[in-house]
Amino acid sequence: MADRLTGIGVSAGRAAGPLARMGARPQLPPPGPVTDPAQEAAAARAALEAVAAGLTARAGRSQDRTAASILEAAAMMAADPVLLDDVTERAQAGTDAAHAIDAVLTGHREAMEAIGGKFAERATDIDDIRQRAVAVALGLPLPGLPAPGHPYVLAADDLAPADTAGIDPAVVLGLVTERGGPTSHTAILARALGIPAIVACPGALSVPDGTIVLVDGSAGTVGLNPDPAEVAAVRHEAAGAAAARAAGPAGPGQTSDGHPVKLMVNIGSARDLEGADADGAQGAGLFRTELLFLSRSQAPAEAEQQEMYAAVFRAARGRTVVVRTLDAGADKPLPFLGLADEPNPALGVRGLRTARRQGHLLDAQLRAISAAAAAEKADVWVMAPMVSTAAEAADFAARVRGAGLPVAGAMVEVPAAALCAADLLASLDFLSIGTNDLSQYTLAADRMCGELSDLLDPWQPALLRLIAACGQAARAAGKPVGVCGEAAADPALAPVLAGLGITSLSMSARSLGPVRTALARHSLAGCQALAARVLAARDPAGARAAALAPAG
Amino acid sequence: MITRKVTVAASGGLHARTAGMFAQAAGRQPVLVMVRAGHGKAVQARSLLAVLSLGATYGTELTLEADGDGAAESLDELAVLLSRDLDAEPVDG
Repeated sequence: MADRLTGIGVSAGRAAGPLARMGARPQLPPPGPVTDPAQEAAAARAALEAVAAGLTARAGRSQDRTAASILEAAAMMAADPVLLDDVTERAQAGTDAAHAIDAVLTGHREAMEAIGGKFAERATDIDDIRQRAVAVALGLPLPGLPAPGHPYVLAADDLAPADTAGIDPAVVLGLVTERGGPTSHTAILARALGIPAIVACPGALSVPDGTIVLVDGSAGTVGLNPDPAEVAAVRHEAAGAAAARAAGPAGPGQTSDGHPVKLMVNIGSARDLEGADADGAQGAGLFRTELLFLSRSQAPAEAEQQEMYAAVFRAARGRTVVVRTLDAGADKPLPFLGLADEPNPALGVRGLRTARRQGHLLDAQLRAISAAAAAEKADVWVMAPMVSTAAEAADFAARVRGAGLPVAGAMVEVPAAALCAADLLASLDFLSIGTNDLSQYTLAADRMCGELSDLLDPWQPALLRLIAACGQAARAAGKPVGVCGEAAADPALAPVLAGLGITSLSMSARSLGPVRTALARHSLAGCQALAARVLAARDPAGARAAALAPAG
Repeated sequence: MITRKVTVAASGGLHARTAGMFAQAAGRQPVLVMVRAGHGKAVQARSLLAVLSLGATYGTELTLEADGDGAAESLDELAVLLSRDLDAEPVDG
């Protein structure tokens, strides 16, 4: 093998460390001839058990209990006794290990999809297990971000936005992709995070895992097994940069010139405010209250609600908590709401609209929130989901204030709310943009429809322009406007959102660090210039390219 | 063969964490417990994938079946589990 690979440097800086490859989804080769069925059966079982062990280990390392319980459930599925028996039987009948695993788990996935509803969500978990086990059986790298347990240089074919959500600059030292170009997501993400990166670098995936490499993002070269003295020098230099990064943007979110952008976390219960990651948050930008309601046949009593809200306010320790009132509908049904089946639940009686018929439930929730806030002396803001008109906003604000709560706001999830943001703010104190739903309603594309995921790209100009409209209205009113939703967790988008006038970003705790880092790399004027260029783009690729172009 | 009929009380149904808790509890029993929904096919209760395949939602009536020493106690324990609202109970660490 050559001692050096060459590509296009897209993010400057040098990094050295062991390489770890991100596996693509494994492609099944044609079924192979089986000479020893017992050996195939053993290989298939071993692959599933290895996947289960890996998932269990990840669950053990996870800071987030919800994430850990999901990983544990996945581990249970991978080591499922019936699954192991079925795969063994199929292999003993003469199918190779990879095809046996693929066939049995594909059957289970189809069964889940056929049941539908919440069961269909498990289909994704089963697919993930299938791809992992097939990869193990074929001796291919595992799909998804590697987790070798130490910092590494990531090698990949190309990185999709979904792949990059978990990239932590403290762990991923550098990025090398075989494909991609100067305006690819890899490039924009790497620059946002300050990670050296090289794209269009053929051969990157042929380098064995664990090989020490030296990435030079300025020269566009990847040195293989470089001189140890050089590695030491680069590591020293990178450690200095990392220390500066860690020391610089800790604390409240702000641009390089001190313009504040609050960084908050999305939570479902007090537990989500625990853990070191959440300590860095300036509060909870979205507290989903459904958890208490979803498991009930009757609405929970006010006293019980109050207790749960108080637990969250206590865990916030003086930081702001933005409470979203109950968000239910025909797609998230609650027996006590008495909602009829609807042909089109996304456009039906959901969110604040349920208060048209069951206003007492909303008032009871507001009383419970108010009592908990008073008891804990907490800084509590309350907002309603699915607000579409100024009249709805005014009605909600009156109910919130009537309950003795001082700060009322609305989620902006439908284009009508964004277009009328100034009218909504006439009666409200703040807005919070739910970009996932706003994308779905703006582009008329179901969030669950994978085929349309390009329409749900947060860099779609229509979405960014609606966000800009909200930012402008909020600035004119002198009131805050936040973003909660996937867009808030994209480090590359953070400076753009700040430039559009967004005053807070709320995300999962693990995204706080990268977003804080990305914000601190731009001045407010830089963010505004960036936002202006991005807004003028005609498609997501153009928007990303505009974000990467040199300022001026 | 001993059987128990029980109605699923978990308001989210047996679809995620609840199904896992049930399958885990079934796996700890000294006897092999089978479960079926209505008149459907009986499947192994210790298999999470099989339990999910029941598609059991809130209010679904399940039949638990087992043979052998300790079967009655095992079925009682599992029936109690299913008649609790597991979704309303906190995730422990």
